[in-house]
Amino acid sequence: MAQTANPTFLRPVCEPEADPGKAITFSTPLALDCGRTLSPFTIAYMTYGTLNAARSNAILICHALTGDQFAASRHPLTGKPGWWDIMVGPGKPIDTDRFFVICTNVIGGCMGSTGPASINPATGKSYGLDFPVVTIGDMVRAQAMLIDALGIEKLLCVTGGSMGGMQVLQWAASYPERVVNAMPIATAARHSAQNIAFHEVGRQAIMADPDWKNGDYGTAQPGKGLAVARMAAHITYLSEAALQRKFGRELQDRDQISFGFGADFQVESYLHHQGMTFVDRFDANSYLYITRAMDYFDLASDYNGVLADAFRNTKARFCLISFTSDWLFPTPENKRIAHALNATAANVSFVEIESDKGHDAFLLDEPEMLQTVRGFLNAAANANGIA
Amino acid sequence: MSLRPDLAAIAEMIEADSRVLDVGCGDGALLEHLKRTRNVDGRGIELSQQNVNHCVARGLSVLQGDADTDLADYPSQAFDVVILSQTIQATRAPAKVLEDLLRIGRRTIVSFPNFGHWRVRLSLLFNGRMPRTHALDYAWYDTPNIHLCTIRDFTQMATQAGATIEKTLALDANGTKPVQADAFGPNLMAEGAIFLMNRRGGAAWGPIAHRAGSS
Repeated sequence: MAQTANPTFLRPVCEPEADPGKAITFSTPLALDCGRTLSPFTIAYMTYGTLNAARSNAILICHALTGDQFAASRHPLTGKPGWWDIMVGPGKPIDTDRFFVICTNVIGGCMGSTGPASINPATGKSYGLDFPVVTIGDMVRAQAMLIDALGIEKLLCVTGGSMGGMQVLQWAASYPERVVNAMPIATAARHSAQNIAFHEVGRQAIMADPDWKNGDYGTAQPGKGLAVARMAAHITYLSEAALQRKFGRELQDRDQISFGFGADFQVESYLHHQGMTFVDRFDANSYLYITRAMDYFDLASDYNGVLADAFRNTKARFCLISFTSDWLFPTPENKRIAHALNATAANVSFVEIESDKGHDAFLLDEPEMLQTVRGFLNAAANANGIA
Repeated sequence: MSLRPDLAAIAEMIEADSRVLDVGCGDGALLEHLKRTRNVDGRGIELSQQNVNHCVARGLSVLQGDADTDLADYPSQAFDVVILSQTIQATRAPAKVLEDLLRIGRRTIVSFPNFGHWRVRLSLLFNGRMPRTHALDYAWYDTPNIHLCTIRDFTQMATQAGATIEKTLALDANGTKPVQADAFGPNLMAEGAIFLMNRRGGAAWGPIAHRAGSS
């Protein structure tokens, strides 16, 4: 059984005109990889476009670590455009005039889906660290229940970048009969040691903040720690070349260095801003849980270490996209997925886009990426009789 | 859009509805033609990323890769036909590439420029310099064609690899019209050749399953 309502956000809505989307609450327990169950649980989601009569034009978009369900519409808390506004909308590569687009907030998130800030029915208080550690597999299992509830059997395409791409791979492995096309972007089938290391820096920054209080901080976030976590992570989303081009050694609001520790350099000021604005829209415990889910992701480990076996039953057409300057999810990690797919003779395309914008390139106006997505989805639509 | 004559000749060899892998598929012209006219389930491998991006934007299934290194990932007998057109002479290890092609495809089509053509032979004989013909228009120091061969050379390699040659087409002097190979010395008269081969009953194939290192 499931009930749909308006989502509950942690912070007040500052954009009353923005569509808050929906939230569906399941009384059926969600079985988690850690052995525990989550019940009841809620998934907050947005949809764009119209589901056709054959229910064959649905595309699921999976968001990245700090993303949310607002892929293509104004964010109700920040007022900013959707995080994939460049990609999703009427006439855009993921064309909402043609496709029915679904985007959910992941389990463990903080934009209306059940996460560590949600109320634990056992205690009447926020879960905090009592929230079970969730995995990419859990996120996808929850999404599948939503897709069921929406009456959709097959997804024309599942797509997403970074952690979103991990979910795409998990979808293809877990629900091979439900994924017609899969487009994982700038991702990996496992989190690398370096990526785990960066995440651990972020988590330690949060947990070192005295305001964290072992996760039991109520409404007073450990903002300093979360901001530092975001600053460190943000560097990994950019390329050295892009940082240099954007900021170089330019000074911020001053003509000379101050011989102090204020934000002398523009790049420092920029990172401070990134950290501060992030704290306004994200929950520190959610950050711990979701980074952990990414760290635990190793798709091959569920298949005796043979990644190809994860895709043994897939009939999906795949399109993998990587970016030349992405050092967080570099081309070889994406190519490794392509090789595993080849080993099963799956239908796979792989495109590496020349860009100096680093990992974040998948969110930006990269014409070749947009063209690739458009071409891939056009072929998908034609093959499935979608007008 | 008309297909390059040698590609059209290759297309003629492919049955409708088959699974085709085009190794070195370029801009995808042959794959698109096969998809449109013969309803094939086509895939491509292409070295140039620019070409790959172009192919995918056209709706084709193509990935960036190298015949020398990436064919090893493919399971045996995964395709009805594997095509390698005008590429084998540019690979580092042609024998290994042919071995992979014969393993992956139930049938294999290879086309290549014939270094035994009389123009090539005369060019070296009379000029005393590395031959440079319109089919092979590169200086010796910047040619991608590092493993050129004659039709006779290729026939020998294919036989050694255990291939049964089903059909050979010789591309004529203008490179436009394929003609049936006959006793009248295609190795001398043809500028290029197309071989259709198989290795049924040759090597003992394992089932389509993952191999070591494929993860």
